[in-house]
Amino acid sequence: MSGGHSTYSPKTGLGRWMDARMPLPRLVHDSFVSYPVPRNLNYAYTFGGILSLMLAAQILTGIVLAMHYANDTSLAFQSVEKIMRDVNSGWLLRYLHSNGASMFFIAVYVHIMRGLYYGSYKAPRELLWILGCIIYLLMMATGFMGYVLPWGQMSFWGATVITGFFTAIPVVGDWIQQLLLGGFSVDNPTLNRFFALHYLLPFMIAGVVVLHVWALHVVGQTNPTGIEVKSKTDVVAFTPYATIKDAFGMIVFGLVFAYFVFYIPNYLGHPDNYIQANSLKTPAHIVPEWYYLPFYAILRAITFNIGPIDSKLGGVLAMFGSIAVLFFVPWLDTSKVRSAAYRPWYKLFFWLFVVNAIFLGWLGSRPAEGTYVALAQMSTLYYFAFFLIIMPVLGLIETPRRLPNSITEAVLEKNKGGAPVHPTGATASPETKG
Amino acid sequence: MKKILNGLAAFGLVMAGTFGAALAAEEGHNAAEPTHFPILHPAQEKWTFAGPFGTYDRAQLQRGLKVYKEVCSACHSMNLVAFRTLQDLGYSEAQVKAFAAEYEVQDGPNAEGEMFTRKATPNDHFPSPFANDAAAAAANNGAVPPDMSLLAKARSVERGFPTFIFDIFTQYAEGGPDYIHALLNGYDQQPPAGMEIAEGTHYNPYFINGKSLAMAKPISDGQVTYDDGAPQTVDQYSRDVAAFLMWAAEPHLEIRKQTGFRVMVFMLLFAGLIYLTKRKVWANVAH
Repeated sequence: MSGGHSTYSPKTGLGRWMDARMPLPRLVHDSFVSYPVPRNLNYAYTFGGILSLMLAAQILTGIVLAMHYANDTSLAFQSVEKIMRDVNSGWLLRYLHSNGASMFFIAVYVHIMRGLYYGSYKAPRELLWILGCIIYLLMMATGFMGYVLPWGQMSFWGATVITGFFTAIPVVGDWIQQLLLGGFSVDNPTLNRFFALHYLLPFMIAGVVVLHVWALHVVGQTNPTGIEVKSKTDVVAFTPYATIKDAFGMIVFGLVFAYFVFYIPNYLGHPDNYIQANSLKTPAHIVPEWYYLPFYAILRAITFNIGPIDSKLGGVLAMFGSIAVLFFVPWLDTSKVRSAAYRPWYKLFFWLFVVNAIFLGWLGSRPAEGTYVALAQMSTLYYFAFFLIIMPVLGLIETPRRLPNSITEAVLEKNKGGAPVHPTGATASPETKG
Repeated sequence: MKKILNGLAAFGLVMAGTFGAALAAEEGHNAAEPTHFPILHPAQEKWTFAGPFGTYDRAQLQRGLKVYKEVCSACHSMNLVAFRTLQDLGYSEAQVKAFAAEYEVQDGPNAEGEMFTRKATPNDHFPSPFANDAAAAAANNGAVPPDMSLLAKARSVERGFPTFIFDIFTQYAEGGPDYIHALLNGYDQQPPAGMEIAEGTHYNPYFINGKSLAMAKPISDGQVTYDDGAPQTVDQYSRDVAAFLMWAAEPHLEIRKQTGFRVMVFMLLFAGLIYLTKRKVWANVAH
């Protein structure tokens, strides 16, 4: 995977035997041991590893939960409570899984934002970025269907509202909705197919993750300077350098995860989901899981008709558009410089984008009334303007700061004669910072 | 570029202004015609099970069970809770058996194909006071009394910004018990002048879904006799039953927090070791 020049040489007889027949150890060695990574990666770059860990954790806890779960509307809620009460460590499994979904999304948002900040989507990494967008879409579908499974009030009404979006699509909308629901309203067939898909999609995510990592290992990682690797002094071996840094990132992330699981396991959930689904009783406010709230705010921001498009379809288009726009980011950004570190104006607009996205999330949790609607409209406008106006225009008019000639130069400049450049260089030198 | 920056600043100011206005609009509602519920937010009470080392007070849970049994259970089911789990409250196996035997449950069909009733055993769950939801609604002015098994986790008043951020660090997770306590003590308040209360409902400013609810004041001072000397007041009853309902909703809370402490200590030490290893590995590499 790493540029075709493998440094793997099996030492044992069995290793040589294996290597001549199916060189899996060689693949692993080249991908995760000798694979060169830029020496200046910071902790924002550990989230890829954290996400792989979270995917594995979700699949493992999910499989065990599925052994105890009953996907039938008359049993689902009780079976989840049986897991919480009677299954050995069932409460732990379920809280790990439900909070794990939130942590997965926190990690993916940091990962995406890191990509946007350092211009990780720019040539030749367009496909890498798009594969990431596909993973994110699959995650959203998986998370949504998973939230339906406990068959609480928010499960039921969330599913009703979200599948209702599809009816806004002209001509085929109703047909799509009925296909999703397996009927005319959310009921047993819906639960059955959502469970089947919730079990399937994570494995599809794992498949796309393999492609994502493959694409990454062909083009190599970006780094905070945004300058491509030019020489051997720019890189270090994946193991031990990136491995140990990723491990530290994972364990710190794990601490946050554990804090939520053991001390505030229901903080990120909605109390109404501890009430069994009731198709005759609509909750006062139907809100999706926190990780969809910005998109929910965008959906509800479109309260006006645009020509032949009514507000409902307009909202749905805006919501899907807000995700679809991500796929075009590699071509929307016209800047020659990758990293925001050298783009003072882009840096400002980027952080505004982050604040705006969080603000949209908060608006998504508010009822769609009064000032909240106007605020959501302004925020939605900035969301789209960031991608469709700021990104293309800023790349043309912005004067970037002076770029270093290489990663090595940037590192040396930062350290000012601290530790030596090459990892295999002098041995007795003072430790550099973290 | 200056223009963009100025525009941006103006935009930010407008945002902040409208944001403030939105908050004010939500707060300032008409006293007689409120639009946001609950009218009053529950006070934050002290609970033994709060915080990272929280544990249930067994005596309190036993008193809460007594309140549930003598008062709440007349209308509210608790059908996810099995009698056997009452051993968590500090009762012996024999006591639980005797407690269960005070209830009758339907069983069957027997060899003749007949349904029959028998005394409950520890493996049975608390039986429902009504045969079905329709019967429950018919007996209660159309409103089905909610099942109480998960009530303490199914009710929580929104905390609002910025409190909900502080709640992460204070580990506030007692919104349910606080709500139950506040609701049970809120019946004696009088509705503001001009407020219309629907026939057959009862004003309570703490009710999460409106200005009044179908349940009348369920408990009064001295109604349940405590044999451990605890005060026989509505305030005490509501604290005890709220704690009991928290246990019913989250029976493994103590083991969860205890396990959590061990996990956190282990992971902190592990993180420290990994960090030192990382420093060692990177010591000779400028980065």
